[in-house]
Amino acid sequence: MDAVFSNSGEYLMAFGLTIGLFVVSGIASLVLGTLLAVMRVGPVSILNKAAAVYVTLFRNTPLLMIFIFIFIAMPVLGYNFKFVEGVEIAGYNVSAFFFRACLALTLYTSAFVCEAMRSGVNAVPLGQAEAGRAIGLTFAQSMNLVILPQAARAVIPPLTSVLIALAKNTSVAAAFGIAEATATMRSFTNDNADQRIGIFLAFAIGYVVVVEVISLSSYLVERKVKVAR
Amino acid sequence: MTAQGTATVSAGRGEPLVVLSGVQKHFGQLHALKDIDLTVKRGEVVVVIGPSGSGKSTLCRTINRLETIDEGTITLDGKALPQEGKALAALRAEVGMVFQSFNLFAHKTILENVTLGPIKVRGTGRSEAEKRARELLDRVGVGHQAEKYPAQLSGGQQQRVAIARALAMEPKVMLFDEPTSALDPEMIKEVLDVMVDLAEQGMTMIVVTHEMGFARTAAHRVVFMADGAIVEENTPEEFFTNPRSDRAKDFLGKILKH
Repeated sequence: MDAVFSNSGEYLMAFGLTIGLFVVSGIASLVLGTLLAVMRVGPVSILNKAAAVYVTLFRNTPLLMIFIFIFIAMPVLGYNFKFVEGVEIAGYNVSAFFFRACLALTLYTSAFVCEAMRSGVNAVPLGQAEAGRAIGLTFAQSMNLVILPQAARAVIPPLTSVLIALAKNTSVAAAFGIAEATATMRSFTNDNADQRIGIFLAFAIGYVVVVEVISLSSYLVERKVKVAR
Repeated sequence: MTAQGTATVSAGRGEPLVVLSGVQKHFGQLHALKDIDLTVKRGEVVVVIGPSGSGKSTLCRTINRLETIDEGTITLDGKALPQEGKALAALRAEVGMVFQSFNLFAHKTILENVTLGPIKVRGTGRSEAEKRARELLDRVGVGHQAEKYPAQLSGGQQQRVAIARALAMEPKVMLFDEPTSALDPEMIKEVLDVMVDLAEQGMTMIVVTHEMGFARTAAHRVVFMADGAIVEENTPEEFFTNPRSDRAKDFLGKILKH
């Protein structure tokens, strides 16, 4: 493990990038996935179908294929996302590589977020919405005050699984020129072939820590909003 | 009995409050409501009875448009039921509903269940809404449970809270959709007591139930439904002792035997 300890800066940078990919595409997936779920359970048939097609397309294709499409096919079609390189966030220049990876992860993960959210809404008994309407709440009020707060509780466990999968799926970006944890591990083992086991362990522990933080936060949130039925 | 109540009626016992006229409803192939004409007057307690699948729950649910109708008209206090949106929500606030499965908001306390409507729909201030809610909860005998969650209460208590929740909106009419069908026998009485009390205070009530005792003591009129149609309407006294239709005789023969 000496290679890791003596290059701890690089090790931390690598996981920083992994976490960066996770946080950016996680937030984007939650937003897009929730939007898709609302379209999916809403009363407008065309939006309903559009969201269903989206989910079918992105949930049923391998993540690697989506990456290949965005990194290799899209530039050929004229979409290389170079325009993001001018953007600077908190002193960091956004790289087109990072943007593309987040795009691929978001397209893929939001389909799963949509389905997790939908299962949450479906877990709320129909009678709850009827009772809300019966006391005169509008559709929006009964969604906001009755359905979604209860759906949120039902949605935490499946959503946690989706987010954990996302955290690990960021490793696919290693194959596309992004020096996140998995790519860095590979470069470490290339340079220090005699320390492979230690390097593997160090990086595995890094992933375990990241995922544990996610599941622990989910547990805390779940305990806070638990409701008896 | 047809729509005689299109003129605005706003006061006075005995005036038509809920008027259904020529109401038709289909569930796919099933003709769930067949040409229903029914007028419920202010202060009247109407009990709807009939075998399972006769359309009595559906009838009850059309009155606040939880079920849409295919044909016919329904008016409440002289105004036709709005199609959708805010106007419909406003109408539903005027119609209290009590469900078979209580449907209390599981994530809210008993007190919050009762104050949600007044605060969000009527715009009542929180302290006033809570004061009124506690009065109502005391009235139905669950005042000491106000801070608990629905799952911590018995079925009978939950149903009484559901009645208080509906009453908090100060409705013009109360709909009861088999309010005691999910309850243990000993809890049925505590719910029926509250309903009898309500009836005695002059609330207009439409009650779908299998409780013949309630129909006998509290109802002004019994409506007997079978296969989606109203077969017979009469005073409880007359209906139970001297049913006219064969369908009603058959039904009463089956349920009154034990």
